[in-house]
Amino acid sequence: MKRTLLSILMFAVLALPAVAVEPDEMLLDPDLESRARAISKELRCVVCQNQDIDSSNAGVARDLRILVRERLKAGDDDQEVIAFIQARYGDYVLMRPPFKSTTYVLWLAPPTFGLIALVAGWLVLSGYRSRRRPDALSKEDELLINDFILDKEKGE
Amino acid sequence: MRRTLAFAPLVIALVVGAFFLWGLNPDRDPNEIPSVLIAQPAPAFSLGPIPGVPALGLSRKNLVNNEGPIVLNVFASWCVPCRAEHSVLTSFVERNGVTLFGMNYKDKSEDAARWLAELGNPYERIGADVSGRAGLEWGISGVPETFIVASDGTVVFRYVGPIVGETAIKKFKTALVEAGAIKGDQN
Repeated sequence: MKRTLLSILMFAVLALPAVAVEPDEMLLDPDLESRARAISKELRCVVCQNQDIDSSNAGVARDLRILVRERLKAGDDDQEVIAFIQARYGDYVLMRPPFKSTTYVLWLAPPTFGLIALVAGWLVLSGYRSRRRPDALSKEDELLINDFILDKEKGE
Repeated sequence: MRRTLAFAPLVIALVVGAFFLWGLNPDRDPNEIPSVLIAQPAPAFSLGPIPGVPALGLSRKNLVNNEGPIVLNVFASWCVPCRAEHSVLTSFVERNGVTLFGMNYKDKSEDAARWLAELGNPYERIGADVSGRAGLEWGISGVPETFIVASDGTVVFRYVGPIVGETAIKKFKTALVEAGAIKGDQN
């Protein structure tokens, strides 16, 4: 019994998501709060650059989380909130960079390299270096070989 | 066809090699976040003075229609690099006649007042950004950060981190000269 309880408890602890959002930041309206959480996951923390603001403990990340909630309470939709922060921190603040002229290389390089690899692999495997079938022997060759074989058999 | 294809690996190696060369450039800082404010008008904000400090408060209207460019420094008494940067900023003001405004970021007023009393106050105006909200308008990621604002209120330069050390000071001075805040021959 004790064991079961303990294991249940352990799994319950495992299930707790690691978040930085503190109770005093949260909105009372659960709908708004879940939207705020979703938006926070799309925004990069400018201090610890590979983290979204939802999971970052940095001071600026906290301020941005509060700002997101402030905008939501003011009646902004999700896109407007993101645009509001993007206007101040630039494209860099987005976890998913937009597809535009400065980011073509970023978005297109992986599929391009994949394509090159696929084409190269296909060319090699499909016998691009075509194994040419040897030409048929001429009459003289046949005669020569016949003589050779006959000679060999005689010599044996 | 086959002859041209034979050059493909060479071309690919050159392209990828050039990319790596660019990536290995020691002057390139991948952590640098380009500011969206450059060449944009200064954001709207309005901050009161720090209680107990004689300097006036700071808002957007103080940054427009000035005679010359303004240097806006974001600082805090709890920020250690700011202390190192303080003497550099002071010398810009005293020796080069730069107009310096300050934004006191998330600081306690007593601490800020004590800090300025101890080190001296080179700031003509200081806005107290207690909540850090104005800092967000400026898109700052930490303190210190220093902006140069042209006389019409356009942000022309942003420096992230303390202006300490020869390289940083040189970089900032170049920006000051370009903005017209100081003359090129001044040292």
